[in-house]
Amino acid sequence: MEKLLSTPAPAQAAKLPLHPFWVIVSKEMSDHVRSWRFIILLSLILLTCAGSLYTALNNIGTPSKTGSPVNGTFFFLQLFTATDGSLPSFIVFINFLGPLLGIAMGFDAVNSEFNRGTLSRIMAQPVHRDYLLNGKFVASLLVVGILFFSLTLLVTGLGLVFIGIPPTASEFLRILSFSLLSILYVAFWLNLSILFSIRFRQPATSALTSIAAWLFLTIFYPILIRLVAKLLAPDAGSFPGPGDEPYSYQHTLLKLLRFAPSQLFSDATTTLLMPSIRSLGPLTMEQVAGAIPNPLPLGESVLIVWPQLTGLVAATVLCFALSYVSFMRKEIRSR
Amino acid sequence: MNEPIITISGLTKRYGTLAVVNGLDLSIHKGEVFGLLGPNGAGKSTTILMLLGLTEPSAGKVSVCGIDPTLHPIEVKKKVGYLPDDVGFYDGRSGLENLLYTARLNRLPKEEAYRRARQLLDQVGLGNDGDKKAGIYSRGMRQRLGLADVLIKDPEIIILDEPTLGIDPRGVREFLDLIVHLSRKQGITVLLSSHHLHQVQQVCDRVGLFVSGKLIAEGDIATLSARLFAGEPLLIEVNVACPGRDEMPVTHEKEVLSLLEALREVEGIGSVRFTGGTIHIGCNRDASAAIARTVTRSGFGLTHLQKKTYGLDEIYHRYFEGGESYGKTA
Repeated sequence: MEKLLSTPAPAQAAKLPLHPFWVIVSKEMSDHVRSWRFIILLSLILLTCAGSLYTALNNIGTPSKTGSPVNGTFFFLQLFTATDGSLPSFIVFINFLGPLLGIAMGFDAVNSEFNRGTLSRIMAQPVHRDYLLNGKFVASLLVVGILFFSLTLLVTGLGLVFIGIPPTASEFLRILSFSLLSILYVAFWLNLSILFSIRFRQPATSALTSIAAWLFLTIFYPILIRLVAKLLAPDAGSFPGPGDEPYSYQHTLLKLLRFAPSQLFSDATTTLLMPSIRSLGPLTMEQVAGAIPNPLPLGESVLIVWPQLTGLVAATVLCFALSYVSFMRKEIRSR
Repeated sequence: MNEPIITISGLTKRYGTLAVVNGLDLSIHKGEVFGLLGPNGAGKSTTILMLLGLTEPSAGKVSVCGIDPTLHPIEVKKKVGYLPDDVGFYDGRSGLENLLYTARLNRLPKEEAYRRARQLLDQVGLGNDGDKKAGIYSRGMRQRLGLADVLIKDPEIIILDEPTLGIDPRGVREFLDLIVHLSRKQGITVLLSSHHLHQVQQVCDRVGLFVSGKLIAEGDIATLSARLFAGEPLLIEVNVACPGRDEMPVTHEKEVLSLLEALREVEGIGSVRFTGGTIHIGCNRDASAAIARTVTRSGFGLTHLQKKTYGLDEIYHRYFEGGESYGKTA
């Protein structure tokens, strides 16, 4: 009995035992938080955030650089987007490091359990098979969620201290929806890497495959599209000419680019954080003519990025569904 | 004691066209220690997975504690503890934490989980190692932690897949004694699979012999050998030398054909075979004197004569390694 008291364990003894699903979630969360790779990525993200915040704060005082006076009304949001070119802005960093975080948390989700021989042991416990997969997903998502919310709130808070101007309600909502979007974006990469962790037996294989997919989609895919674009480009001579050829050409190009989740994410974030953006596609002169350069309300901005949001959600759900099916069909044997 | 707790009928599992388990019928009684014996790849593990509902059978029925594991795996897993053949733990966590995790997956309240985990660690002899990381545990310790892990849910049945693999002989002995002790004390039914006969022989009440997906025989070891070697419970091995040349052992069957004929005439002798320079004689009583006399009378030199009784080893060899021909002579 003395031993029992000396342990840190039972704090709320009288409570009902936790549902097995939440037992899995809490264990996975503590695994993540304790793991070296998470700590390393976390410090990397914190460092880059500090860097981008610093450049943003340096440039935020000079609104002339960003050009349009419109941005002045959404002064606070510039914290996330402003840059002088020496360091990328906060959103670019998130676009870059978010996938890495998702991959790092998911690439060995299932195969490491398998290789350690713990999978068959857990599966012999009275839990549904999908608890494990869902638990892992939910745990990683919770960790990412907490991380991103605290990160954006931290940046907001620091900005508040340094600039001294509080964000307006709509600015704050935009910042929150930006966090949600980032979490969604990481969730996509998380699910993709979980899928690979089910498909491939070696964690190294699934990690490399995930990273390869990430590199391809963020770096090589746009390059590829630009190459194709050059071939398809309408004749320069006819450019001011009649018809909507250049217009539809731009449209096709953007459509192709938007197969990459990173493009979707950056489209969506820039629209959310720069209220002056009123369209993500090319606009004809007729459309722009007479438009008052006013910032859009949040609802309108969200409306613009709705397709991007749906696309990201769809990609995430697709990856999850694929992993779910292949995990449920997988025969669990000992290693 | 004779109340069946696991009943399997017509159980079949096919991978493509290959039937790994083929029409298995078996019933295991409450409170007994049952050994599932067979060479690697005989379908033991697959059968176990089907008992737990981890794999769906292609045909046939399984009932564990009166529940169908294919339809209600969760209910079965509440009552059955399973130790996989190469059990793994979360290396970064201590043995105690690993146990607590399992306990909480089984919905044990925290306090009770802690109490049981400590108690079980003491029982399996890891009382002082519970707070060490599972990553530094030796193979034997991991296996014992595995046993504690299986017992923490207070199961009615425990299923151990090759529990003695990779443990040293003393460790095996202790481990098996522990299992039997627990089984007797708490009335737990134990099903263990193995290809180590001697170990199984020591602890099992009954065994089932499993070859290429089929159960060849089941029963306790005495009845098993009596049934399998009906009429010939005794095996005598004889080596002879060529007539007149004691230093020349007989190596070819044609040299002793006459002797084999003569031996077949001896009363009490069933089968006579010649393999690898040795004559194997199955008989229903001790005919060694008559055999020696026959050998000498035929002019051969008797160099070696050994009486053997059938244990699991012979049963095993007869089925698994001796091939069909040996089985047919019985």
